[in-house]
Amino acid sequence: MFVSPQYLKILLTTFKIAFFTSVICFILGYPLAYLLSSVNRKTSGLLLIFILFPFWTSILVRTYAWMIILGRNGILNNLLIRSGFLSVPLDLMYNLFGVLVGMVQIMLPFMILPLFSVMRGIDRDLLKASQSLGANPFNTFWKIFFPLSMPGIKAGCLLVFIVSLGFFITPALLGGRKTIMISMVIEDQFSWALDWGFSSALTMVLLFLTIVFLTVYNRFVGIRRIIT
Amino acid sequence: MNWKIAFYLICGVVLLYLTLPIFIVIPMSFSSADYLQFPPPGFSLKWYRSFFNDYHWLLAAERSFKVAIITTILATFLGILSSLSFMRGNLKKKDFINFLLLSPMIFPVIVISIAIYGFYAKLGIIGTVFGLVIGHTIMAVPFVFVTVSAALTNYNMEIEYASLSLGANRLKTFLKITLPIIRPGVLSGALFAFIISFDEVVVSMFISGWRYTLPVKMWMDVRSEINPTITAVSSLLICLSVIILGSTNLLMRKK
Repeated sequence: MFVSPQYLKILLTTFKIAFFTSVICFILGYPLAYLLSSVNRKTSGLLLIFILFPFWTSILVRTYAWMIILGRNGILNNLLIRSGFLSVPLDLMYNLFGVLVGMVQIMLPFMILPLFSVMRGIDRDLLKASQSLGANPFNTFWKIFFPLSMPGIKAGCLLVFIVSLGFFITPALLGGRKTIMISMVIEDQFSWALDWGFSSALTMVLLFLTIVFLTVYNRFVGIRRIIT
Repeated sequence: MNWKIAFYLICGVVLLYLTLPIFIVIPMSFSSADYLQFPPPGFSLKWYRSFFNDYHWLLAAERSFKVAIITTILATFLGILSSLSFMRGNLKKKDFINFLLLSPMIFPVIVISIAIYGFYAKLGIIGTVFGLVIGHTIMAVPFVFVTVSAALTNYNMEIEYASLSLGANRLKTFLKITLPIIRPGVLSGALFAFIISFDEVVVSMFISGWRYTLPVKMWMDVRSEINPTITAVSSLLICLSVIILGSTNLLMRKK
């Protein structure tokens, strides 16, 4: 397996998708986590329901919803053509874009919750102090708040990356020939090619990768904080 | 102030991105079109009729309910036991035990599925309700463990000592004192266990054999064709999630 360039490519694709998913989750999740941590308890409780609701809806249902939205005759293409922005439908799924749209939506709660739990603990008086000493809001955020939220960033990004490595349903339904992830090959070899030996070997590779990154997680974040 | 507007705008868009796509399935499920079409040309219940008149869908739904109910009972029982011993017991290597208990949440589900399949094939329990229940329980116990442990964190042990010193035995103390106090945690853990089992796809795909559960049947259909009946099934599943999340929120509020 390690000598076949085809499988190395799949491994690389898996890393690439997991990496992009964590970066985009971070960019989209950070502002929302900031909002959650700066409003009162009642509002943050309400917002949390919105954030957690997708968490408790079947991944299959959510991915199917994206198929309805992103398909060639889907809702988004339909709206864009009707409103005159497009004349031919765009390929929004069966490619990297579709996979990322679906995966980021599923992984966002895994980013927002660790960020929120760290941000909630940041002493807001520090920010007031910084501003009263003459720093502008931008500097205050960049030099005080952002570094203090670093543990949450590390925890969120690593968690999203680790869980994304093993994703199966979403890339299988929204992905195309160029976005084959390792889990999909495992299932394919197992159910269709019936090559159980090979599929077990790939499973061991995925398990090994997960353990390696969990060790990194343990080093930087601490395994105790995996769910908080 | 422009920064502030941009900030709220981003937050709003992200919130919509999280929730709106899910609800778009519901109007589509009432469409009268024969294929997926947006906006729906008219109102009709035909996809719900096609679901409730199809023997295969109903059989799959029945199987899913059966498995989910037994899983909920088993996972809640095991979750309470593991949480009690973890929170109370004088255990060594607590971090490691915690990690082991949560590992089904963290490790790729395909790895767990292949492992369970290999084990079940030897035992010959592929395609049985028993096999599905055990598989789903493995996936659900961590969620019960987390919610019950959270309920036990702020628990005052003194009440139990009082009960014991007044002559109640351990079991009676647990049933009359401990359980009522941690009940919101236990109930929300049980609801989560139910939804985990009811929505579970990947493990079931490997071990349900030819007797599909609802999500496995859905998976098979989504992969082969885009059949609008799935919009009706999806809408029903979304309603179930809303009901379950709503009830856990009520339970938490009561606490």
